[in-house]
Amino acid sequence: MIKRLAGCIREYKRPTIYTLIFIVGEAIMETIIPFITAQLVNDIKAGTNMNELLKTGLILTIIACVSLLCGGLAGFTCSKASAGFARNLRSDMFRRVQTYSFENIDKFSSASLVTRMTTDVANVQMSYMMIIRTAVRAPLMLIFSVVMAYIMGGALASAFVVVIPVLAVGLWIIGKKAMPAFRRVFKKYDRLNESIEENVRGMRVVKGFARENYEKKKFGAAAEDIRGDFTRAERIVAWNMPLMTFCMYFNMVFILLVGSKIAIQSGGQTIDVGQISAMLTYGVQILMSLMMLSMIYVMITMSAESAKRICEVLEEVPSLDEPENPIMSVKDGSIDFDDVSFKYSAMAKRYAIENVNLHIKSGMTVGIIGGTGSSKSSLVQLIPRLYDATRGSVKVGGVYVKNYDIETLRGAVAMVLQKNLLFSGTIAENLRWGNENATDAEIEEACRLACADEFIQTFPDKYQTKIEQGGTNVSGGQKQRLCIARALLKKPKILILDDSTSAVDTKTDAMIRDGFKKFIPETTKLIIAQRIASVQEADAIIVMDNGKIADIGTHDELLQRSEIYREVYEQQSKGGTEDEEK
Amino acid sequence: MKKNKKMNGGAFKRVIKMLFKFYPVLLPLTIFCILFSAAAAAVPDIFIQKVIAIIGKFSETRDWAAASGELMPKIYLLVGIYIVSLIAIVVYTQLMAFITQGFLCKMRRAMFNGMQDLPIKYFDKNKHGDIMSHYTNDIDTLRQLVSQALPALLRAGSVVICVFFVMLYYSLWMILVLLIGVVAMMFVSKKLGGGSAKYFIRQQQSLGRAEGLIQEMMNGQKVIKVFCHERECEEDFDKLNDALYEDSRKANAYANILGPIIQNIGNILYVIVAISGGIFLLLNVKNVSISRAALDISIVVPFLNMTKQFTGNVNQLSQQINAIVMGVAGADRIFELMDEKPETDDGYVTLVNAEIAKDGTITETGKHTGHWAWKHPHGDGTLTYTELKGDVRMFDVDFGYEENKQVLYGVSVYAEPGQKVAFVGATGAGKTTITNLINRFYDIADGKIRYDGININKIKKSDLRQSLGIVLQETNLFTGTVMDNIRYGRLDATDDECREAARLAGADDFITRLPSGYDTELSNNGANLSQGQRQLIAIARAAVADPPVMILDEATSSIDTRTEAIVQRGMDKLMEGRTVFVIAHRLSTVMNSDVIMVLDHGHIIERGNHKDLIAQKGTYYQLYTGAFELE
Repeated sequence: MIKRLAGCIREYKRPTIYTLIFIVGEAIMETIIPFITAQLVNDIKAGTNMNELLKTGLILTIIACVSLLCGGLAGFTCSKASAGFARNLRSDMFRRVQTYSFENIDKFSSASLVTRMTTDVANVQMSYMMIIRTAVRAPLMLIFSVVMAYIMGGALASAFVVVIPVLAVGLWIIGKKAMPAFRRVFKKYDRLNESIEENVRGMRVVKGFARENYEKKKFGAAAEDIRGDFTRAERIVAWNMPLMTFCMYFNMVFILLVGSKIAIQSGGQTIDVGQISAMLTYGVQILMSLMMLSMIYVMITMSAESAKRICEVLEEVPSLDEPENPIMSVKDGSIDFDDVSFKYSAMAKRYAIENVNLHIKSGMTVGIIGGTGSSKSSLVQLIPRLYDATRGSVKVGGVYVKNYDIETLRGAVAMVLQKNLLFSGTIAENLRWGNENATDAEIEEACRLACADEFIQTFPDKYQTKIEQGGTNVSGGQKQRLCIARALLKKPKILILDDSTSAVDTKTDAMIRDGFKKFIPETTKLIIAQRIASVQEADAIIVMDNGKIADIGTHDELLQRSEIYREVYEQQSKGGTEDEEK
Repeated sequence: MKKNKKMNGGAFKRVIKMLFKFYPVLLPLTIFCILFSAAAAAVPDIFIQKVIAIIGKFSETRDWAAASGELMPKIYLLVGIYIVSLIAIVVYTQLMAFITQGFLCKMRRAMFNGMQDLPIKYFDKNKHGDIMSHYTNDIDTLRQLVSQALPALLRAGSVVICVFFVMLYYSLWMILVLLIGVVAMMFVSKKLGGGSAKYFIRQQQSLGRAEGLIQEMMNGQKVIKVFCHERECEEDFDKLNDALYEDSRKANAYANILGPIIQNIGNILYVIVAISGGIFLLLNVKNVSISRAALDISIVVPFLNMTKQFTGNVNQLSQQINAIVMGVAGADRIFELMDEKPETDDGYVTLVNAEIAKDGTITETGKHTGHWAWKHPHGDGTLTYTELKGDVRMFDVDFGYEENKQVLYGVSVYAEPGQKVAFVGATGAGKTTITNLINRFYDIADGKIRYDGININKIKKSDLRQSLGIVLQETNLFTGTVMDNIRYGRLDATDDECREAARLAGADDFITRLPSGYDTELSNNGANLSQGQRQLIAIARAAVADPPVMILDEATSSIDTRTEAIVQRGMDKLMEGRTVFVIAHRLSTVMNSDVIMVLDHGHIIERGNHKDLIAQKGTYYQLYTGAFELE
């Protein structure tokens, strides 16, 4: 996991290393400072002449300046390194997701991907900053301070022999106890926030049933529960401060007591006043660095969860493999399914599609009809390789789909998805997704074919009309027509409409189909629809039932022999007579 | 900008006020403990001064026994102070953990409770993500403020003040030297700390922008794949990602540089104090101090220590600037939500369970009898009961979501008990709006609405809504079992009643086939169910409430026509004897209604039953024959 993440540092290795160097510099300076100040104190005490005093002062000032410089530069480079690291993580994740197949995408919910790319990355960024700033600094300071304390204090330094283990063990116990408590609490916290989100989303239901008080009570109970857990966890961590203070106090008393004894007995020979005050400083430094180490320990374990979630995204292997010598052009729009079976995951018990054989000639118009869950969408998604067939083979233009370059294949097979989306941007920008270099004339042509031009022209900004995120400012039928136009701009060999005209009125629907027949006769058209009218005139209609092809034929043929088809047809065509039938 | 600052100051004050209000005893106790421990932290400097004086005094004679006689009482005193101070620290850190979480919990609940009472309008106006961030980001910054920044501020601030007075006790001259440094530190803190806060807020904004893009892209990932549009998306993403990087880098750089600068100004200050101390000693400057002690080594050395402590604590203060600026901004946003005006409810007519005697007299009862009545208190203290029948009438209703954008024009609808009334029309014609007015999600601008002859403005909103069952197009289920979700309709319904409702809605069949049947846990809005199945549960939820009036807003839109035919039977049974308002896209759903209203741009343009309307050969006829687009 660490290796995986470290791989994302890349160009920020340099600032990272600079940070480490500067930090080492700062740490050295910081440990020297008490040493020199001790000398300064002694100089003053001894009444050394002004020149000496100034000289020591000057050295100290220079060291402080160097320390400032190192510290400042380290602050600068470490911000750069950690922010850059975070940027690379986000970028890598985003790019990784772009390589995902549909199968991969299904695995992660989009909300979880968003959290991973924002909150989780922010957590890792924070810990990375902490680590490069303090992971070197704290042990270094610890070692330097202990060494200096021995050099200066001798016997006095034995105080640390007692204090360091006490503090270390204490911090370790606190960390050990707090960690699981926090992990538990954070999980509950996530759930609490999820329930708030649910409440906000379902506000009309809450108000509709007048359940405000019920919701308040429910939330109150959950909030109080979390408060209890949170308080317990925080109270464990709250022992850090008293423990630390205890060690500091112990140090102080010990050094003052033993220090003064030695100082008096030796007449200031073994230890003098300056040394005592330096020892106190070192004591604080040692304890501080231990404290920092424990903080890092906590930070790392806390963000480990985030790191894991990031790695999951980065390590997800795109399930579509690209062929070695890809075929770069699609000959025609013929489609062949040979004994194809498909299931969404290897674990799934049921096949979504079972033993499908299907042969469609280039230029045909084929309708697909069937109830929800009959796998109509699953079937067509195999054609542009949105998923790979589990068994059997799918061919386009007489070639296995797996042998095509994926962009070539998807360029030739345009699919309008059932769950379609427009993105924020102008209408023209959205349409150019189909073809970046499309001229205005081409765009208008595609829109006329999709019967979208008529309503676009009524907008004040025409093709420059802004589409809101998710396309909320156009109606359902308009959105569908825009999506069809977008697909048409690809000039595809195969056009698949997955229930793409459900919100379009029957007249326009018919006009669109007429246009297809007239202007793109050589394109193979697959039309999934709920309405019989949408497929009635197709060259062939496939009736899907439960993952299998129940029947294939023309409208008239199916009316005669397919019970399912007849049922749907009758259901839709019975009109005002319904009341009497009941 | 100035106004903004003032407002933030208000938010800060309000946080403090609330803290005191919630914990009138514990908080002062905590503050006392913090102050005490801070004072105790300043004390040792006095001792060091004394100890050094003793060392100086006895270092000639090397007489430890005599020295210890003078030293030990002081050490004992120090240990005593330390012990009390330790206790104070334990008390305040534990209390602080308790208070912080308690405060946050109270804030969360206040926010949530306030939010439940907000009008639907608020949820229309604000994005769900924005509302959520009050509970996540803003609460987090508030936590930082209360649990860390405030105690640190208090502690470091009081240490600074204590040390200052101790120093004043010793030497005025030395303090003057020190103050020069402090001014420099304050200047730097303000500059860098302010810059850092500025960029942190900017970072928050660019994070929001990046999050928006990521969200859009992740949602549309499948479309991106179909169009092989990955590279273009990456370019768009890179722009925002780079901006976020810049802001994040700057924000952190300011914050990170501040520490070393303040610390080393402290070091340099130390040198200056030491050297000026030396100069004062050399020149035998006459001391000015409270203690009237002469300037000597036993003053200069502890003074140096105090300098360290002083600057160290100033450093800690400066480190809190960020947390405070951001915490106050978070608090401000939280208060914004809490201060939103709640839905007003002046209704006084309530809904009660009723027993209806044969002669028609109504008596109130606590039991669920299947009959309800409106309890209507009058100005003269008398009560009247009106049986709840489900007679809903709208007279010449005008309405607009915004003041100058009218949506409904003179709409009149009469629904007699047991009738099925359908609304048909394009998106934006005002179908859903009408139902939103009946349950008073919004209030009408002009006209009258009467429910069983009572002006609905007089009916208590919660009671009014309880008498109306609603199934919406966008189904929202809650985390919990299927059974819990159905029971949401009527909290005291038994398991059997819930099952019966599910059967009625035609949902029983698929529910029993779920892995754990009715006990199957639903999460994430029932993500493991199909849209159609979710709608069936929503219908069952409305059925269990057994309301006399139902509103079905595209309730069966996601159920395919074949399944709908099956559900229809249940739905018909469900609608029996109730007043039902139906909004549907599919005409097959509304054809058998008693009255069908065709809406166009907020006007009812046609009304009548299916046969009448077909005979009229108007808009409905065109819709029916498919000549018109229905959106």
